[in-house]
Formats: sequence, C-alpha cells, structure tokens
Amino acid sequence: MKIVYWLDQRTGCKKIARDALYENVPGGARWRYVWGSTLVFTLFIQFITGLFLWMGYAPSATSAWESVNYIQHEMQGGWLLRGLHHFTAHAMTVLLVLHLMQVVIDGAYKAPREINFWFGILLLLLVLALSLTGYLLPWDQKGYWATKVTTSLISQVPLVGPQLQRIIVGGADYGHHTLTRFFALHAGVIPAAIVILLVGHIYLFRRHGLTPKQPLRRRDQPFWPEQVLKDSVACLAVLATVLFLIILPRLLNPDAPLGASLGAPADPADSYSAARPEWYFLFLFQFLKYFPGEAEVWGAIGVPSVVIAFIFLMPFLGQWKLGHRFNVAVLFGLLGGAVMLTYLAVAEDRANPVYQAAVRVAEEQSRRVRALAQAPTGIPREGALHLLKTDPLTQGPMLFAKHCASCHRYDGHNGLGLQVEDPQTAADLKGFASREWIAGLLDPNKIKTPHYFGGTKFESGKMVRYVTRDVAEFSPEERAQLQKVIMALSAEANLPTQQVMDAQDAALIAEGRTLAREEIACTDCHQFRQLDETASAPDLTGYGSRQWLIDFIADPTVERFYGRKNDRMPAFGKQAILTETEIGLIADWIREDWYRPPQTAPAR
Amino acid sequence: MKKAAAVTVGGIACLIPVGAGVGVLLDPLRRQSVSSAPVRVTTLEALPADGIPRKFTIIADRSDAWNKYPSTAIGAVYLRRTSDEIQALNMACPHAGCFIDFLPAREAFFCPCHNSAFALTGAVADPNSPSPRPMDSLPVEIRNGNEVWVVFQNFRAGTAQKIPMA
Repeated sequence: MKIVYWLDQRTGCKKIARDALYENVPGGARWRYVWGSTLVFTLFIQFITGLFLWMGYAPSATSAWESVNYIQHEMQGGWLLRGLHHFTAHAMTVLLVLHLMQVVIDGAYKAPREINFWFGILLLLLVLALSLTGYLLPWDQKGYWATKVTTSLISQVPLVGPQLQRIIVGGADYGHHTLTRFFALHAGVIPAAIVILLVGHIYLFRRHGLTPKQPLRRRDQPFWPEQVLKDSVACLAVLATVLFLIILPRLLNPDAPLGASLGAPADPADSYSAARPEWYFLFLFQFLKYFPGEAEVWGAIGVPSVVIAFIFLMPFLGQWKLGHRFNVAVLFGLLGGAVMLTYLAVAEDRANPVYQAAVRVAEEQSRRVRALAQAPTGIPREGALHLLKTDPLTQGPMLFAKHCASCHRYDGHNGLGLQVEDPQTAADLKGFASREWIAGLLDPNKIKTPHYFGGTKFESGKMVRYVTRDVAEFSPEERAQLQKVIMALSAEANLPTQQVMDAQDAALIAEGRTLAREEIACTDCHQFRQLDETASAPDLTGYGSRQWLIDFIADPTVERFYGRKNDRMPAFGKQAILTETEIGLIADWIREDWYRPPQTAPAR
Repeated sequence: MKKAAAVTVGGIACLIPVGAGVGVLLDPLRRQSVSSAPVRVTTLEALPADGIPRKFTIIADRSDAWNKYPSTAIGAVYLRRTSDEIQALNMACPHAGCFIDFLPAREAFFCPCHNSAFALTGAVADPNSPSPRPMDSLPVEIRNGNEVWVVFQNFRAGTAQKIPMA
C-alpha cells in the first residue's frame, strides 16, 4: 500500500476515488437512477468500438464501402465489432429519450440545474448528429441517398444555407470530401464536443446531486457499492439487448448476415427508391411530406428549431405554477407525435409495392456484390461499384427490360420479373441456344407460338414451313438424328450451363455436325462451320456463342444473319443504341454466363 | 499594457493554426461545379416517339477531389419523345434530391422519398406535393441528324426558382 500512499501524496488520487465512489445517494440506491450510467456506458462502447473500426476504415468514394465490407465480412469478429457499434447507436437513442423523459417528469431541470439540463440537451443533439454522420460512412446506397436528402435540407437554412451545405458536403456534389468531412465530424469533432460537454454534465450533476424521488424510501447510501451494482446490471442488460439485435437477423433468416446490414455500394447515377433514414429519424422524414412547396423550410428547419428552443426554455417555464405540468404534457405530446409519424411512415411503406420492390432489389444487389467481392478476382481498384456495373446477372435484366422487352420476353417476363403490357412479338430468350430451347424451336407444335417465331414475320417463313411440314413427318430414325443435330447446334454456343453435357456427348455432337450437313441438311439454307456464300438464313457457326450474340445484337441486318429479311430488330450496335459493353452484358446474361459463388456455409 | 500584449500575442498564436484550418475548410466554396457542356446521351433510334419517359444515364468526365474520372456516370435524366419534341428532365427531385420514379401504370412521375407527384411533362401534379417547383427540364439538341445531346445540370433543391448548382 506504500505505492498508493506515494501516488496519493503526488496526485490526490485517493480523494478523487473517494469523491467518485462515495457520493451520497439520497434515499438509497434505486433502479430509476440507472439511466445516466447506461448512457455513459453506451458512449464508452461507441468510443471503443469506433476506435477499432477506425483502424479498418478508409474514407473515400472508392474505398469506404470496400473497407466496411472487409471489416464486416472478412475480418475476424468484424461483424461483432460493427454490430456492437451500430446497434449501440440505436440503444443510445432510446436511452437518451428515456433519460430526458425522466429528467422532465421528475422536474430535475429546475433551478439550480438549468445549465446541466441544457448540457444534456446539447449532448442529445450531438449524439443524433453522430447517428446522422455515421449513417453515410459505409457509403452504401441507403446511407448515400438518405444523407443526400439531409444535406439538401441544409440548403434551406436561412441566409447561409447553400454555402453551409457546400462546406459540409465538401463541394457541389457528393464525393471523396463528403466522406472525409463526415468522418472528421463523426470521429473527431462531435466526439470531442461530447467529451467536453459530458465532463461538464457529470461535474454539474455531482455539484447539485441527483434529484431524489420523493418521498425517500430508505436511508441515504453511498454510490458504492449499491448503486454501482444496480448500474452495472442495467449496463449488462443494455449490452445483452444489443447482442440480441446483432444475432436477430440470423434468427429470422438462417442465410442473413449477422450484425448490421450493408447495402450495395453507393451509385450516384442509379436511383434508390428505398432510401430511408434510420428508424429514429423516420418521424422527421414523414413530417416533411406535409409541407407543400416552399413551406418545406418550416418542416425541415422551422418547426424542429422551435421545438428545440422550447425544450431549452423548459427550466424557466417550470418555475410557474402549472408550468411543470405543461412541460410534461408538451413532452409527451411531442413524443406521441413522433411515434405517430413513425408509425405512418412505416405503414405507408408497408402498403407501397414500389417501395417493397425497391427493398427487394436492394437486398438482391447487396447479396450479389458480396458474392462478387468474395470471388477469386476480388474488388478491383475502381471499387466495388465496378463489380456490379460489369456483372451480367445485375445489369443484364435491366438492359433487357429497357431495350429488349418491348418485343422479347425472358421466361415470360421483362427480365426483372415484371409482366409486360404490350403483346409479345419476338422470341422468349430464356435458355436461348440451350438444347431445350433449340428442341422447342424445332418442335412443330411450338415454333409458331409467341415463344419462338409466333409474333414475327418469320411465322410465314421457310424455317417455320420446314418445321411444321417436314419435321412433323420425320420418322423415328430421323427424329433421333435431329436430336444429335440439336446437341451439335447447342454445342456451338459453348454455354457454361451445358459444359459438362457437351463434354460427355462429344461423340454424338460430332455425329450431329455431319448430320446437319447431310441427312438433316440445315446447310441447304444456313451456313454451318464452312464458308457458304449461297447461304440465305442466319449463320449457325458459333450459334449462341458470346461473339455470335454480340455480333447479332450489334447488327442483325448484315448478310451473315437476317440481311434484308430482318424483322423489326434494331441494329443496337450500329445505331449506337447500346455500347459494346452493354451488348456484351446482355449476351452474357442471356447465356447465363456470370460468376456463381461456390455453395458454402452462409457468409457472415 | 502587459495584459493587452499578453492577449494579443496569445491570440495571434492561437489564431494562425485555426485560420489555416478554416481556410481549408472553406475551400469547397471556391470550387467550380461540374461543367454544363452538352453531353451526347443517345440516338433517336433508342427513343421511340411514344411520349413515354425513358431513363438515361449521363456519361461525362467528372473530377472528384484528387481523382479524375473520364466518361463516368454523373447523373441521370428522363427523355421523353413525342411527335414534335424531345423533353429532358433531370431525375433528381427538386424537393430534396432523391431520384424520381416513373410509374407506367399511373403514367406519372412519383418521388419515392416524400411523395412528390409530377405529370408526364414534369409539372407538379398535386398542389399538396412537397416539391416547390416542376421537375428540372434541361435543354436538348439534335446533332448530326440522330444524336440526342443534353445540357446536363443539377439545381438547388427546395427552392421555387431553378437555381443552378454553381
């Protein structure tokens, strides 16, 4: 104990410890006094977890999402660290509201504690600012678009709005500097302000003592150990709740990642119809819907400022008779209103099919980009957005829906799973060039349906005539030959989905190639594997292969394909409707040539 | 005298580092926004004259702080071609900047964030709509016979006037 004496002589540490631990608790320790301590505890969690997240985070438009994804899905225990940080932020908001309610109900804001009350309100606002700035940092679609709304509201601030917005965003548009600035606010400026205010808050709290609930039930007790034990139990309960929230997604869905969600990387050029703020800001989001036109400034700035000003004035209002009851009533009114608005926002979204569809697409993209990021090729220097932009499975359906689906179908829909109102007037391209698809084309009962040539001018062409007259009359032996030709033709496509079959049937395919020239005589009209200048129908050499499809989509009117007999199909490449990359993405998607993650246990 | 000197000297010593920081903080105020030169968006072939709005990405060079991105997506527009004209509308909602959806079933524009509703022409469709102005129309040019060029620009959100983001 000599060392303690030595230290105490030089620092006065014994007194500090005594003051801290033996503070008087009037009426003894009680559960209702735990809220302040739980808030200090949650702040402690945020500082610790935030510091370690910082070690893995890189704020820039091409590295923020990537680094958060790495923390979340690759680093040991990253999901737990990020989950703790994320859900403790939620818990903190709830605890802040509880703390505020208790202070107001118990009248703890009255003289001489006004200044401490104001410190508390400032701390509340700063914690909300932490949530707001933290929401953007992962740079996923959700955070990007929701924060875009928030920063565009800043421009509504009278006089300096647009300049203020520019300074916060770090330029006219979102980019690297938006992240560096938000990160500096989130991890530097706001936490520093919180620490300063918290020191003041606790100092003033100690100075005036806690506001005991009257009548006192027992004798006074020191803070240690009774109240400390109660506080510790409450902190553990908060932590247990947070841990429960971290594993909750997995409990609801065995394939869901653990912890906080991470959407697809932010895409400044792609709308995100599911942009919503975090749930505790939903009431403000909903509130904005009720201010038409230029009244927006009242919804965004005016009313919230008046409410905050009112809360600041509560200590003065509380001095009057009935003033305290008025304060309590208004606080409950405000909280009730917030709950009501939150409910309305959630109810509206639940009933909105467009929103629901956008959420599904967002979840799908989030899963897909995670798979792509975990592929052997990994994330390129351009960032993870590039993965989605060059992924046939993601881009193919969108391009198909926009450019092809007014005539074609994909498995009966527009590529994105939606039914198309216009009648189908060109082939259904799901499984194009597969054995099954070609077999259908050569089926007398199917070729004239809209699934193949039904809606096109080829309905009365030579191919349809050949299939409905000649093939329909085929003998069993000819049918068997046709099967081999189908295999041979489908093998031209070199489809990744048929690789195994094609390799197994190599002999039959070779036979089919000969039959296509001889008995079945496709080459009477088509060119097939040998130069044929008299060919009058589309080239079957490499039929359905990537290059064949790209060339075909680029220009079906060349002699190699339909020539002047082309129906209505635009020359997407020649007319510059689609770029080379886009045509390649469509071709790959139709060929189902995209990255498939190995089947393993669910990722974290 | 000594007091005044102490305050002045100490003040200067503190102000210089703070001033240097504030200088950098305010740097975005003197930056120019994306240029508003015309951008080639598509061709007439990709734009049937059926009066239905179609979404197009604006591809142009963009600089973001220390990076220059040649030919990258900088925004998106709806192009709508009727028998006599082509209209370009910025996809960003004039209310708070979300991208507006086109709902084919309703033949109208609808913002998924705060429910601003717009007619096919981009006009505010509902007086209770949060948007203070119609969707932002952009100048369209036809060049070389069939190329559709658009002068792309973003505008400040939340104002009744269309103020370009300078």
